[in-house]
Amino acid sequence: MFRNQYDTDVTTWSPAGRLFQVEYAMEAVKQGAAAVGLRSTSHVVLATVNKAASDLSSHQRKVFKIDDHIGVAIAGLTADGRVLSRYLRNECINHSFVYESPLPVSRLVVRLADKAQVCTQRSWKRPFGVGLLVAGLDETGAHLYYNCPSGNYFEYQAFAIGSRSQAAKTFMERRFEAFNGYSRDELIKDALFAIKETLQGEKLTSSICTVAVVGIGEPFHMLDLKTIQEVIDSIDIKEDDASAAAADQTPMQEEDKSSEAAAADQASMQEEDKSSEAAPMDI
Amino acid sequence: MALRGNWMYENNGGTCVAIAGADYCVIAADTRLSVGYSIYTRDYSKICKLADKCVMASSGFQGDLKALQKNLAAKHLIYQHQHNKQMSCPAMAQLLSNTLYYKRFFPYFTFNILGGLDSDGKGCVFTYDAVGSYERVGYSAQGTGAGLIIPVLDNQLKSPSPLLLPAKDAVTPLLEMEAVDLVKDVFASATERDIYTGDKVEILVINASGIRQELMELRKD
Repeated sequence: MFRNQYDTDVTTWSPAGRLFQVEYAMEAVKQGAAAVGLRSTSHVVLATVNKAASDLSSHQRKVFKIDDHIGVAIAGLTADGRVLSRYLRNECINHSFVYESPLPVSRLVVRLADKAQVCTQRSWKRPFGVGLLVAGLDETGAHLYYNCPSGNYFEYQAFAIGSRSQAAKTFMERRFEAFNGYSRDELIKDALFAIKETLQGEKLTSSICTVAVVGIGEPFHMLDLKTIQEVIDSIDIKEDDASAAAADQTPMQEEDKSSEAAAADQASMQEEDKSSEAAPMDI
Repeated sequence: MALRGNWMYENNGGTCVAIAGADYCVIAADTRLSVGYSIYTRDYSKICKLADKCVMASSGFQGDLKALQKNLAAKHLIYQHQHNKQMSCPAMAQLLSNTLYYKRFFPYFTFNILGGLDSDGKGCVFTYDAVGSYERVGYSAQGTGAGLIIPVLDNQLKSPSPLLLPAKDAVTPLLEMEAVDLVKDVFASATERDIYTGDKVEILVINASGIRQELMELRKD
């Protein structure tokens, strides 16, 4: 996206019918460290890569418990994510207080989306620079939603956001149809595998990632380092067993796909004035 | 605030007792809910677990008690989100006091006792009035049967006055089993003479291994 004369205010439309400030906010999400979410009929798993500002500092918190039955993983401006988590927690507590029952996930994401939309229509505000993967369980089952800064939200079987998330999405696109039948442990394994894809070569250890689960009979909680490391070790063993030919082919295929995606992004940047590509928020 | 015949409040009766020990706390309340000379139910719990090591029992108007319990539970949840840990008993005691005083001019008609373990693992009991004045003590009783129970506890537990210097520990040297037996005895005695106390007594014992619950039958008349 190139700078243009319609991108100063969030309240200024471009001639092509786009709000550039909102799209720039979505770019901020793409810059953040990766987060993935996967859903089966009974469980939802969230996994994130924890970037540390330097070797001396602690890792950023990207997964927040909202209530016993809901948790979120964020990518983008973590400060915005923290503020929104506080809002979501308040909404859940207030609902429980009045109705003595947990807030259904679909209602929570609508309130969050409405809050995000407000910031796209006030000249004295800016859109939130954070995308949230909302994982929750309610009477209607397990749900995974993605809320973006534009105020849109979608339900997903599996999704990935943040930098190098395309690799994780490609991995999950191949396997998502089976997710509904997955057990809790298979879901966790695939989540870590997806995170591994986003690291692209860097070693996956339990110290740089966070995994959280919510499911039937299991309130939202983060897994401890030991459990995560055990799953990672079992993934590594499986990879070592795979034949050399198969191991060589897979990374090459993914490299092609991710370079295709990069080319597509570049093409769209050049074509923005022709409006041949729908603005991201309209999808 | 003109009360006009108490149409906003109701006294549902009942009695609560708590005793603090060296490493445990016993808290008990009867389970009768009454209005006037009638019994609404024989099976109503006046005890609420607020945190891992903190339990509240109250007598008075049960409608206000339900609201107060929900209020504290919500505040505790917010605390847990912010601080990543459960509230300690002394912290909850201060919160309860503030919550009660917040409604100084339309009070919660509840007479509360808070019991649990403090951060050192020692038993603690806090006793309140309706508007939040509170004190840490070694034992306490509140409610319609309190007048019959406190003199007995004074006799058995001999708590030192809070005005003594140097400050003396208020917790009783009694063993956990002895304290539970004492609580059962005082409830049986109060039931004899207080019409609002009876049916069953719910006894909770909080110690390092968690919270244990016991129910004992009382006279039904």
